[in-house]
Amino acid sequence: MTAPILLLVGIAFVAAIILGIAARVFYVEEDPRIEAVVDLLPGANCGGCGQAGCSSAAEAMVKGEIPVNSCVVGGNEAAEAVGTFLGYDVTGAEPTLACATCEGGYRAARKYNYSGLQDCRAALQLYHGFIRCENGCLGMGSCRNACKFGAIQMSSATGLPVFDPERCVGCGSCVAACPKGIISLVGEQTKILHWNQYTQCLSPCRQRCPAQINIPKYLAHARKGEYAAALLTVKANNPLAIATGRVCPELCGTECRRQLQDDSLAINAVKRFLADWERESGERLKVPVAPDTGHRVAIVGGGPSGLAAAYYLARLGHRVEIFEMMPKLGGMPLYGIPEYRLSEEQYNWDIDGVLELGVKAHTGVALGKDITIRSLKAVGFEAVYLAIGLWHGRLLPFEGKELPGIYSGIDYLRRFHTEEEIITGQRFVIIGAGNVAMDCARSALRAGASKVILIFRFSRELMEANPHEITDAENEGVTMRCLLSPVRFIGEDNQLTGIEVEQVTLKANPGGMPDVTPIEGSKEIIPCDVVIQAVGQAADLDAIVEADGIEKTRFSTIDADEETLQTNIPGVFAGGDCFTGPRLLVEAVASGRFAARSIHYYITTGEIPPIEDRQREMMPPAMVDSLTNVKQIATRAVKPMIPVQERIGDFREVEGTISEEQCRSEAGRCLNCGIYCYDQDELPSSETRTATSCPNEPHIVEKEKDTVAG
Amino acid sequence: MDLVYLAISATFVNNILLAQYLGNCPFLGVSKKLETALGMAAAVIFVSVLAATFTWMVSTYVLRPYGLEFLQTLTFILIIASLVQLVEIIMKKMSRTLYNALGVYLPLITTNCAVMGIALLIAKKQLPFIEMLVFACTSAVGYGLALVLFAGHRERLQISAVPESLQGTSIALITAGIMALAFMGFKGMA
Repeated sequence: MTAPILLLVGIAFVAAIILGIAARVFYVEEDPRIEAVVDLLPGANCGGCGQAGCSSAAEAMVKGEIPVNSCVVGGNEAAEAVGTFLGYDVTGAEPTLACATCEGGYRAARKYNYSGLQDCRAALQLYHGFIRCENGCLGMGSCRNACKFGAIQMSSATGLPVFDPERCVGCGSCVAACPKGIISLVGEQTKILHWNQYTQCLSPCRQRCPAQINIPKYLAHARKGEYAAALLTVKANNPLAIATGRVCPELCGTECRRQLQDDSLAINAVKRFLADWERESGERLKVPVAPDTGHRVAIVGGGPSGLAAAYYLARLGHRVEIFEMMPKLGGMPLYGIPEYRLSEEQYNWDIDGVLELGVKAHTGVALGKDITIRSLKAVGFEAVYLAIGLWHGRLLPFEGKELPGIYSGIDYLRRFHTEEEIITGQRFVIIGAGNVAMDCARSALRAGASKVILIFRFSRELMEANPHEITDAENEGVTMRCLLSPVRFIGEDNQLTGIEVEQVTLKANPGGMPDVTPIEGSKEIIPCDVVIQAVGQAADLDAIVEADGIEKTRFSTIDADEETLQTNIPGVFAGGDCFTGPRLLVEAVASGRFAARSIHYYITTGEIPPIEDRQREMMPPAMVDSLTNVKQIATRAVKPMIPVQERIGDFREVEGTISEEQCRSEAGRCLNCGIYCYDQDELPSSETRTATSCPNEPHIVEKEKDTVAG
Repeated sequence: MDLVYLAISATFVNNILLAQYLGNCPFLGVSKKLETALGMAAAVIFVSVLAATFTWMVSTYVLRPYGLEFLQTLTFILIIASLVQLVEIIMKKMSRTLYNALGVYLPLITTNCAVMGIALLIAKKQLPFIEMLVFACTSAVGYGLALVLFAGHRERLQISAVPESLQGTSIALITAGIMALAFMGFKGMA
């Protein structure tokens, strides 16, 4: 009886001693936190987090390589326990949920009938799938089969996967299972940092919009009356909805497939309605903000690009401060766009939206004079974004240029918003035909000029202003005189009395602006007392170049890397007009978000990853030349305008906002395009579908409570 | 020549998994992916050779001389469990890469009946040292072979149309049964 007991106890004792010694001798220096975290994890060793078992997951969590909410089995409880232990704020860890980008479904065109193995991966082996669209969903449900949590259903109405936001844990098994790469894990951060890729399903309007707003999605929300969700979709890419809703020239509309059939959608009118809906409600929609990261970013220039960058950096959790040289924030849209197009009061709603995220603003501080890049870095800013715009109006170097009464366009417009005296006169001559020239001409009429003549060196078709600006200006009484080139300014007693011009002819010049040849003996003098030159803008960079050694291009813009917006000084980024030259408001907003992306990566990881397959040009398959099965519905979203008689002497907004009914009927005209596909009428019900947006995109209203941090 | 017979019999004819049905739960658990199956197979081969060597020594030099064979199961469990622990500790220090590759599977092997079964079979057959090594190694290889083959099937099963009521473990068990039948064909060789 004793022998067996002795034996067993002996073996156990020996084993214990050996193990004890081994644990000592072969001790591996390990972070004690790792073991503690292992204890907090469920210990299922399932590998669902993508790590080899719980101990390596714990190691990666301690090192900060994977987020604390990576454990699929432990869920929120484990995440919170680990988070509390490691001292992170877990409530702020944003949930990422699966979402598919394909809009095609049953309506996508087929290449052939497939009757093989019912699996996307197998189907893809045969001529790369049976759907004509390279980016389209095959609908066999490999993602549904891969989901361990039953969060994916294949919709019988559309043939597309539907994700249940309550069940999805963001484990990524569907992402791995989808052979077409349609599914991605989306969180608020992902959306801010994402740029269009050729591998995505992008409707033509989305491809064309510089800010890459998800237009079909917000129109779909607007059509259903979900204005909050619609506006948040806009704000995911463009925080200045009020301003763009008024002055954007709608590049998206130029690609709208509707215009093959009737009129392109009045997309911007819908956006303006949504923006005004929020402003009139007086209550701002809550946007999710990531927890404070402690990183500090300085933004120089409070214009649209600076504001957009500040908005997205603040939403990513960084501490942002804006330095603006003018007394008010807003930049060129505030000082350069007249009240009758975008009123200061309206625009302030957008600006306040940025400031309410906790962005600090310092006004009246000029770069190169009051601050330098070096001084900003010295006080602890890790990155600086230069969005200083182009505030120097170019002037033509002609004889008589020193006469009083000659101003640049921005100089003229700015005075309406500053303490300086407004320039008045009886007869105005405006040189140039861009939007600034139209703004000057129309403002001059409102400010009491009796005659406004606009002269332009090229023909009418080459006028750069938005077409409706040109017609509006003409309707209000601006005289357009094309093919006239200024020669010199004429004055008497140090007072401007006229401008000498001569007629020109154009000779086409392939690949560029046409050559201008003056016509002999066609000179004439146009009498005037004010000349406003809207012939270009430049940045005044001398002080900055001298103080900080930033490099500039030969066009007097800041030189920066196009892929990252980083300048020759590390940690200093440049974007907006001061980098691209004079461009649209929406392009400045887009560059602000792009800069936010670069800056976010720069201050958090030190590296800025390139964008794979970045979409730059329109995708050729998206350019269809006819529509089948689409009924003609003419647009009814014509903005109300105040009559011409009432406009003179009054800076009230000329265009109004469309009504709610107009908004919904206009949004209902959207064909919900994909790359190839679009909604068709009069098809068997099995082949049609109504627009839906992925319920997992977290700014859907129902999910709001989960994503808004504390 | 006897060794070759022994090897073939251990790997194919008396395959530890499909003929004797030992080590069934990791067989179903880690056979969903070829990659993990390969890792598991390697870990089993490694551990069972080591475990067989130690248990053989204990049973030959301690248990049998003192007539304590009835304690085989108990002592073997004790030895295998502590051995796996020891291997894990040493491996972590000596080879981080090996640890990362096999680390996840080692705790699973502690309770793997195949390892235990190999050790008990050796003791029952009273094999000499060399035969013991060959038997342990080839039995484990047989286990690995079955596991990898089965993982291949299951990967294929994932993309096949399986009737709803048979999905998951039940189809896996049916497949395993059919594979066992196929392995019975090797009986004709003996």
